[in-house]
Amino acid sequence: MNATILLFPGTNRERDMAIALQKATGRKPSITFHRETELPKGTDLVVLPGGFSHGDYLRCGAMAAQSPIMAAVRDFAAGGGHVLGVCNGFQILCEAGLLPGALLQNAGLRFLSMDCVLRVERAGTPFTSRWQKGATFRAPMAHGDGNYFADGATLDRLEGEGLVAFRYADKNRNGAARDIAGILSPNLRICGLMPHPEDLVDPLMGGEDGLPMFQSLAESLVSA
Amino acid sequence: MTTPSTIKARVFVMPKNGVLDPQGKAIGHALGTLGFEGIGEVRTGKVIELELAGTDPAAAKAAAEEMARKLLANTVIESFRVELA
Repeated sequence: MNATILLFPGTNRERDMAIALQKATGRKPSITFHRETELPKGTDLVVLPGGFSHGDYLRCGAMAAQSPIMAAVRDFAAGGGHVLGVCNGFQILCEAGLLPGALLQNAGLRFLSMDCVLRVERAGTPFTSRWQKGATFRAPMAHGDGNYFADGATLDRLEGEGLVAFRYADKNRNGAARDIAGILSPNLRICGLMPHPEDLVDPLMGGEDGLPMFQSLAESLVSA
Repeated sequence: MTTPSTIKARVFVMPKNGVLDPQGKAIGHALGTLGFEGIGEVRTGKVIELELAGTDPAAAKAAAEEMARKLLANTVIESFRVELA
């Protein structure tokens, strides 16, 4: 699997993401700068990591969603490409219209930095094939704007079509609608979530709870 | 007398009804703590001022609205209104 990690001004979780991808695939992901207009040839997976792109100006992810590289990401996604957005990356995907809804400020106004427990709501996708439906795992979270919001009809559609990937299983700390922590696109090839599975992929990090996501991707996106 | 060659537009962006505004709630609580009485709902938003080239108010308003739809507001969660100064 050839993965590329997008780097915006203010992105700060790209190294964690690179470690997780390399651990699962044995290949070092490339880094693509936000001003680029093309993705590296042969890209199988585009990853938008966490951070505070463009200082969270205007709204989290709003500026990054208009970056030159995002036109290439839209084309890539439209052609069936796989895209993963974590934390700020999830916010960017929503702002770019590649996933529905938006991330509001946490209901309690506090920046939340702690572990949470996620439940896998949709197994058998390129992002979740290594888990069983209903499996729970620990994931660190670190965000000020993780309160997932979408109108009722959109939430019903997400649930009806099985596009809720992950829910908070222990406690809904940020106020997210229907405890939603992560969602999928209708073709199951775009996934966004607030917590950071890439930060638990090695015993030295305190656990490997997040590794199945990257192993799932590595198995699903076997490139020549 | 010269006519101004720019028009100022103000874009007011507010959270839509039904969208949680915890900042507004916190401000309401703080005002209550300060002794202000009779405060109902408090909502917070943004004002964005734009200086636009041109002299046609209708065109300026249309341009500002287009900017609001594409970037300044996220219409999933926010509504906007444009006023020309």
